[in-house]
Amino acid sequence: MKKSLFIFLLGVCVTNLAHAQKFFTKAGRIDFNATASSSPKNILAVNRTVTCVLDAANGNMQFAVLIKGFIFELALMQEHFNENYLESDKFPKAEFKGAVVNNAAVNYFKDGAYVVTVKGKLTMHGQTKDVEAPGKLVVQGGTINATASFALLLADYGVSIPGVVADKVNKTAKIEVACNLESLKS
Amino acid sequence: MQSKLFALFLFLFFSVGVQAQDDLLSLLGEEKPTKERIKSAFKSPRVINAHSMEFLNPGTMDFRILHRFGTLDQGYKNFFGLDQASMRMSFDFGLLHNLMVGVGRSTFKKEVDAFIKYAPILQSKGPRSSPVTLAFVSGITVDGLPWADPTRQNYFSSRLAFYNQAILGRKFSEGFTLQLMPMLVHKNLVQAPSDRNDIYALGVGGRLKLSKRMALTWDYTHILVGMPETGYYNPLSVGLDIETGGHVFQLHVTNAIGMNERAFITETTGQWGKGQVRFGFNLSRTFQLKKPKLD
Repeated sequence: MKKSLFIFLLGVCVTNLAHAQKFFTKAGRIDFNATASSSPKNILAVNRTVTCVLDAANGNMQFAVLIKGFIFELALMQEHFNENYLESDKFPKAEFKGAVVNNAAVNYFKDGAYVVTVKGKLTMHGQTKDVEAPGKLVVQGGTINATASFALLLADYGVSIPGVVADKVNKTAKIEVACNLESLKS
Repeated sequence: MQSKLFALFLFLFFSVGVQAQDDLLSLLGEEKPTKERIKSAFKSPRVINAHSMEFLNPGTMDFRILHRFGTLDQGYKNFFGLDQASMRMSFDFGLLHNLMVGVGRSTFKKEVDAFIKYAPILQSKGPRSSPVTLAFVSGITVDGLPWADPTRQNYFSSRLAFYNQAILGRKFSEGFTLQLMPMLVHKNLVQAPSDRNDIYALGVGGRLKLSKRMALTWDYTHILVGMPETGYYNPLSVGLDIETGGHVFQLHVTNAIGMNERAFITETTGQWGKGQVRFGFNLSRTFQLKKPKLD
């Protein structure tokens, strides 16, 4: 009896470990685009130091993005982005906590491309809002290429655009996410 | 023994279960704190007249147009000085995050000036950070006026003056920055035999942010040694910085007409108490010469 219980528990642990497979990156990429049709210069930035962890067992997904990690073509624009708009000294990080809604449809251990929807809460500039984005997970040889794109209404996050440049900055920012996730050995 | 094993497995079982609910990001371990530079102590590399502790970003050029009008005490006759204008334009280049150079020309004495500014220490936070910025500026000015006395033997070196200054500054908070600038100005040729070639001075500059894009600024230079006996005063400027996208407007009143170090430190003839102050503005426009690749 005790022996069978032992084997049962062993079995539980092993399956748990297998399902607890997690994937991560610290070098994910996010593209930020707030260019409006009347912007004199493109308002483009890229962050190549995005951290992301994905739990295959339940589809939970989290991102951490350092605001100061966004690189703009124009250094002055980057300065204003940090100092006046996102106030990165006060709010250094943006975070997303959510999950792949249709996680059951994804087989993380078989190569293939899966269309997914990710839903969760995005915290940026001290404000938290619900975000839902269509994305794609491409499983290949044990790594996952995760991409998604969505739009953010800057006003939702308390990012105010002053009157003088109101027509030069888009009120919504287009966000593109691209992460190559490797398996996380814990 | 077996009950211990049982407990261990129970523990493993639950710990795995708990971990799945936990903060996923914490699985990657704590991020190491990194040293981070404190930026935007001033909106511009100049307080008003004086160099600030701020540097241009590498790869950018700052095109500056500076105007100083006539003194306010002239009244309506000269439209409170606005009928007269003296200007300087300059091109400053950010080479490294702590190194910049610049060249300018003023209508006052048709003077050309150039400088190099370097900071061995930049204010930062995090491990091994510094609470202050220490910068050094070294500059030269070349007087371009015709010789006052063409009949005597004139040397080109007589047109030259030099200045060296240190800037010790700290951005105390998001809204408040203060800096001290001990400096030495050397003039190769002075007007009167009693005038000194070397002038030692101590400057104070600061900024108080009024809103995200507006700030109150001031700079004052106190001449310690070498002030001519009469007719010259310590320069004090008080202004407002307004930032609009790619431009910074610095509107101010000052008793100095000169816009390079030699001129405003050693040749300020206006007296604040007598209303001999001028309205002036600096217009700064930054251009990105070298862009980082985003792809």
